[in-house]
Amino acid sequence: MLVHFLECVVKAVSELVTRPKDSLGQFDILVIGGGVVGTAIARSLARYRWKTALVERFAELSFGTSKANSGIVHAGFHSTPGTLKAELCSKGCLMFPDLTSELDVEYKQNGVIMVAMSDEETDKLHMYLKQGEENRVPGMQFLSGDELRSREPNLSDRVVAGIFAPTGGVVSPFELTLALGENAAANGVSVFLETEVTGMEVRDRSIVQVNTNKGSIVARLVINAAGLYADKVANMAGDYSFTIRPRKGEEYLLDKRLEGTVHSTIFPLPTPVSKGILVIPTVHGNLMLGPTAEDTDDREDLSTTFEGFQQIFSMCSKMVNGLSPSDLIATFAGLRPASNRDDFVIGPSEQARNLINVGGIESPGLTAAPAIAEMVLEIVKDMSSDLGLPIEENEDYDPTRPGVRRFRCMTDEQRAAAIAEDPLFARIVCRCEQVTEAEIVDAIRRGARTLDGVKLRTRTGMGRCQGGFCTSRVMKILSRELGIPMTSITKRGGESRILLYEIKELLSASSDSVGAVDSDRTLSSGASVDTSGGDSKA
Amino acid sequence: MTASVQERDLVVIGGGPAGLAAALAAKEDGIDDVLIIERSDELGGILNQCIHNGFGIHLFEKELTGPEYAERFIKDVMKEQIECLTGTVVTGLSREREITAVGQESGLLKIKAKAVVLAMGCRERTRSAIHIPGDRPAGVFTAGTIQQLINLDGYLPGKTVVILGSGDIGLIMARRLTLEGVKVQGVVEIMSYPGGLNRNIAQCLNDFGIPLYLSHTVVEIRGKERVEGVVVAPVDSRRVPILDRSFYVPCDTIVLSVGLIPENELSRMADVRLSSTTSGAYVDENLQTSVDGIFACGNVLHVHDVVDFVTRESWRAGKNAARFIKSGLPQCGIAVKPGKNVRYVVPHMVSGEQDVEFFLRASRPMGRSVLSIQPGLREVRQRIVKPSEMISVTLSADVIAKAKSSGEIRFELDERGTGQ
Repeated sequence: MLVHFLECVVKAVSELVTRPKDSLGQFDILVIGGGVVGTAIARSLARYRWKTALVERFAELSFGTSKANSGIVHAGFHSTPGTLKAELCSKGCLMFPDLTSELDVEYKQNGVIMVAMSDEETDKLHMYLKQGEENRVPGMQFLSGDELRSREPNLSDRVVAGIFAPTGGVVSPFELTLALGENAAANGVSVFLETEVTGMEVRDRSIVQVNTNKGSIVARLVINAAGLYADKVANMAGDYSFTIRPRKGEEYLLDKRLEGTVHSTIFPLPTPVSKGILVIPTVHGNLMLGPTAEDTDDREDLSTTFEGFQQIFSMCSKMVNGLSPSDLIATFAGLRPASNRDDFVIGPSEQARNLINVGGIESPGLTAAPAIAEMVLEIVKDMSSDLGLPIEENEDYDPTRPGVRRFRCMTDEQRAAAIAEDPLFARIVCRCEQVTEAEIVDAIRRGARTLDGVKLRTRTGMGRCQGGFCTSRVMKILSRELGIPMTSITKRGGESRILLYEIKELLSASSDSVGAVDSDRTLSSGASVDTSGGDSKA
Repeated sequence: MTASVQERDLVVIGGGPAGLAAALAAKEDGIDDVLIIERSDELGGILNQCIHNGFGIHLFEKELTGPEYAERFIKDVMKEQIECLTGTVVTGLSREREITAVGQESGLLKIKAKAVVLAMGCRERTRSAIHIPGDRPAGVFTAGTIQQLINLDGYLPGKTVVILGSGDIGLIMARRLTLEGVKVQGVVEIMSYPGGLNRNIAQCLNDFGIPLYLSHTVVEIRGKERVEGVVVAPVDSRRVPILDRSFYVPCDTIVLSVGLIPENELSRMADVRLSSTTSGAYVDENLQTSVDGIFACGNVLHVHDVVDFVTRESWRAGKNAARFIKSGLPQCGIAVKPGKNVRYVVPHMVSGEQDVEFFLRASRPMGRSVLSIQPGLREVRQRIVKPSEMISVTLSADVIAKAKSSGEIRFELDERGTGQ
């Protein structure tokens, strides 16, 4: 509580000092948060003629929790019947085929398997089977260990039985979020990036103004989809009805060499705090292992740990054969915005008249996101007359996003045609993932501003060399297209600049800066050491 | 839009030192239809960013820079009018030696070759490949990437650097960064001996007073947006970090020089058999892989420490590719095996019909040693043995032929006087 109080004081003081006078404008509806939930809501709202804005604190959409999501579209047997999680997950899952085709986002309905590794666990499977039926999950099957292994030959011999649910799938969570945001913007939503909500002015239980680091926004209705900070945002409006306690999850991505090791996503039986550590065949053909589940008080802690590494490989190797740390190509962590309630927190605030909270959206939040957006839309409609928001359909609304042309997914004939149309398709920049300059330029035109922004949209640097060869080439394209110097390009906004100096800059500045001592030393000794030995090791 | 299939005699994939030598050798032996496909816009490969000198000591008895070394071969390739497609990436290769490539000049290209030389080089091991826990900020680079950014692009990553791994590129970059006014806080090496060549330890670290922490590793990277520092810890004899003796080193950049991996993705597409020890192809004395007419040489075959050996090996690959096209190659029936204290030997199969130069690496550092080649073929004294320094031995055809009856040649290293 003290920490919370201090945070408020610090925030209040810094607000007084840095409060900007600029106004970002007046809107009917303001969505706070550019993750999968916020962008899905913004896109649904765009079906009506409301003037909508979305603010995101990071440099690009999806850079928060959504970026590190496991990317599983859950069939819906995990959640307790009667909860919002159960209802919205089952509903959301069935929306994915249409949604991803409208947005041209890669989606694979590969099914999910929950495995039991003892008789005791097999008994629990029946409980989930029943639960799935109550949640109206279609097509679930109970299979023996051998039946499972004939479907998935690399399942370990420890697996004695399992549930197969065919409607489960995989999607790229950041591609989906970026596509939702892009489509929302194309349909008239104003998106403000690097715009962090710093406070609210509340009068008579109504939010009259939302302050951000970039300026103030006036809106008739505020939708709080602020993820890890949803409770803080609610607090600004005087709503203390829920709290967020992040739960960290580490993920370990393996080389595409292992594509086909498993076809469906393999779940163990859930633990009290999570769905357990899974083996996920991602939509892009990698295997991903994770996530761990560890409660934390630090809302910015995205570090991976040695313990997480050990836990993941030991758990996954029990279920699936042939997994080895030597195939690791990337590791990362994300924070689930878990709330102190057992369920999603979705609904009008009981304290502020013009606030809708959409908080505590942990798993199955990605799956539920399209259904959450529909639910929020209905709530907005219910509140519309009180708030003076007439319900008029936006006749220009177009749910489709212009297709993304992915070189790696094309046949040779399609490649030849694409090259004939745009010669930049013949310039492969990222050799591991076969990403061409044409795709990078397209990503930048769609809004990529950072190295990670290009990476999440096109997969540059996501392969086995992790950007070793293409980082410099992608930076040059960003620099050229955005008209900014190489030294201004960031990994993901903020202070994450990649190249801090130009060559010789530290030598010329040596008279008074930190470089002084070092460059003196090197200059004096440097002249005499030019008889070096060379090596071709590169 | 389907591209028509071109027929070619020899296609060399990669225009670095290996590919250039192989192409020139095949041309010299009478193959006129040679095509080099290079993914970068320039020939020369990674040598272009190696602006330090020391290349060519064995071949030219001169200390050339990387670009100077490459230029000698590029000039010859131009003189011989060998066709080169730069800015062109090979996207497919089959067992039948059908190649698909994409490039700005040629668009989508399909080629059926009589012989193919794989000369794609290698890539660097990354942070994830060795699993360093911690945050994921900007400012973590591999040594080769830094070398490119500084030497070709003209930028510096930061002003205080910690280098993890004492591979040669890391050592060379320690010196390069220091000469640019960057403070190199130290080089951290998990093994109890350096990964790079001795002369690089002397000339790149000792001459500049850069500390080398042997038997240490980075156990955590810190920094939310940009690197702020690393936690370094000593390791025990099993290379497990001793965390209660760890210490924090502030820096804005981390450079990784933790090993190289041959880039064999195309080889896999063509079902070329690969060795788990070298991560390169199994080859016979002709540098031919398990697939007829597909040859491999240079760092895609096994990681070399000096470019002169790459050139020598690749020259042979080019000669043999020419022989394959003209008259075919004899079978090789004698297996070459690494024995005690030897990590690997290349080639893996020999015939006993011709002289062969073998390249091998020790599995651990040793003092004065004897390399014995069984069954009783030869003994070679070694002054000092290090895994980082490749050993080369040439055996004549008649010596190799003695192993025909046993069908196997084994290379073993023994420390003199200890019997170990």
